[in-house]
Amino acid sequence: MRKVAIVGIGETKFSGAQDKTGVELFAEASMDALNESNLKPKDIQALYVGNVLGDFSEGQGMVQSFAAENIGAFNVPASRFEGACASATMAIRDAFIWVASGFYDIVLAGGVERAASMGTPLATRTFAMFSDSRYEYPCGITFPAVFAMLTHLYARQYDIPLPRLKEQMAVTSVQSYKYGLLNPKAHLQKEVTVDMVLKGFTVCSPLQLHDCCPFSDGAAVVVLASEEVAKKLTNKPVYLTGVGQSSSGPLSNQKDFLPRLKAREISAKQAYDMAGIKPEDVDIAEIHDCFSIANLIAAEGLGFFEFGKSGEAWEKGGADIGGKVAINLSGGLKSKGHPIGATGAGQVYEIVKQLRGEVEPGRQAPNPKIGLTDTLGGDGGTLCNLILQRGW
Amino acid sequence: MEYKLTFKNYNNALKKDTLLGLKCNQCGTVNVPPKMVCGSCASPDMEIVELSGKGTIQTFTTVFVAAEGREAEAPYTIVMVELDEGPWIMGNLIDIDPSKATMELIGKRVVMGHKVFPGDKYSAGDMTRPLFRFAT
Repeated sequence: MRKVAIVGIGETKFSGAQDKTGVELFAEASMDALNESNLKPKDIQALYVGNVLGDFSEGQGMVQSFAAENIGAFNVPASRFEGACASATMAIRDAFIWVASGFYDIVLAGGVERAASMGTPLATRTFAMFSDSRYEYPCGITFPAVFAMLTHLYARQYDIPLPRLKEQMAVTSVQSYKYGLLNPKAHLQKEVTVDMVLKGFTVCSPLQLHDCCPFSDGAAVVVLASEEVAKKLTNKPVYLTGVGQSSSGPLSNQKDFLPRLKAREISAKQAYDMAGIKPEDVDIAEIHDCFSIANLIAAEGLGFFEFGKSGEAWEKGGADIGGKVAINLSGGLKSKGHPIGATGAGQVYEIVKQLRGEVEPGRQAPNPKIGLTDTLGGDGGTLCNLILQRGW
Repeated sequence: MEYKLTFKNYNNALKKDTLLGLKCNQCGTVNVPPKMVCGSCASPDMEIVELSGKGTIQTFTTVFVAAEGREAEAPYTIVMVELDEGPWIMGNLIDIDPSKATMELIGKRVVMGHKVFPGDKYSAGDMTRPLFRFAT
């Protein structure tokens, strides 16, 4: 397998409801990525696009074909990826494999979503579709409800009194918002304190408003090229050195593992093994903090902290710059935002920027070399991880 | 290969307070919700069994923000119950004020009735779920 590098990146601001169409958002991010790569649309050999709910949010299916034509990648193969919130990471992983295998040299991968433009009632209904439609939705499951149940299970599993756990969860939210304030691409830019988190209205017990990420609109795109091509295009190629992906069924069928998510541990191990690294080698990580509890579960599943102990680690700065691994310096899903089909590509955008040293000073990690991205879809139904390393 | 216990049959049985599952002839695991193969050993050699509907609460949440079309139901409590036969199943809990659901629920024994969700435009029909109440 050949080495594959990211040679250019592009991203729109993540935001609340806005007026640009999915194709328009994807096109803007794509042209930025292409311009950065010193490539033209005709150089793209294939498109890999994450888009989960375009059919519902704007009555647009098959967005990838319209996007390809729109940006001048005429008649190339264009594929859509749907793994709920993991979609863009899936798209990038797939694109990586096609280039690594030698089938293509230059491809475009990323995602777009208009989750905010749907409005909360429809977004809540459609996000519930990532759970089992017949065996879970009749109970009134919603996406936050899945993680709310995991929160109670986590408290019981690790014997942490719920009020204590909620404080630890709040600390992770506060850190995300702190960095989002410094990220001009972030959706929710505001200062949030632990007190504000604990006083917000309850969405699903025990998750309160600031334990939850927003619905967002946005797009993010990367250009992948083989090592040989990458060296001609840039002197700062970021190599994808490890990829992983795994799947799971409904929550109740994961009973032997919860609150751990087996799919993540399998996916992360694939990525670590492929890259030949261990969790402690990771300098920066963009992980799936759709809810504050998800931060804790993810960090532990990725091997950064001991199970049941990540809350304490966060409180001691272990998940911050200067700690064991700097997590969600973009502001994470919580503050940077969560346009679900695009989120994974947004994470890659952030890691590439960090590795290049191009991020705003207050949130730039000091000289990072290895980054990891982590996205989860549904009830742990899809997990996807990428490891990125400096090629200079 | 025929799907042994379809949602259609599971749904109809549950409307009569009957919880059906699949017992694996190879490894003995009881599977619910129904699948093509056993969740433990992946064998399709399973037979339909009737479960007791009794179990203990493993986790829960009370939902205050409902999906489109179901606003009138909120607030409501979802529980994950470990059935006496082993598998976990999701359902709703009655007999309590949803806003007063606490960690004290975990470990409580429950018995099962049912409630039909009539479906919405995305549903392909009505769908029944277990409705749990405390065992006396």
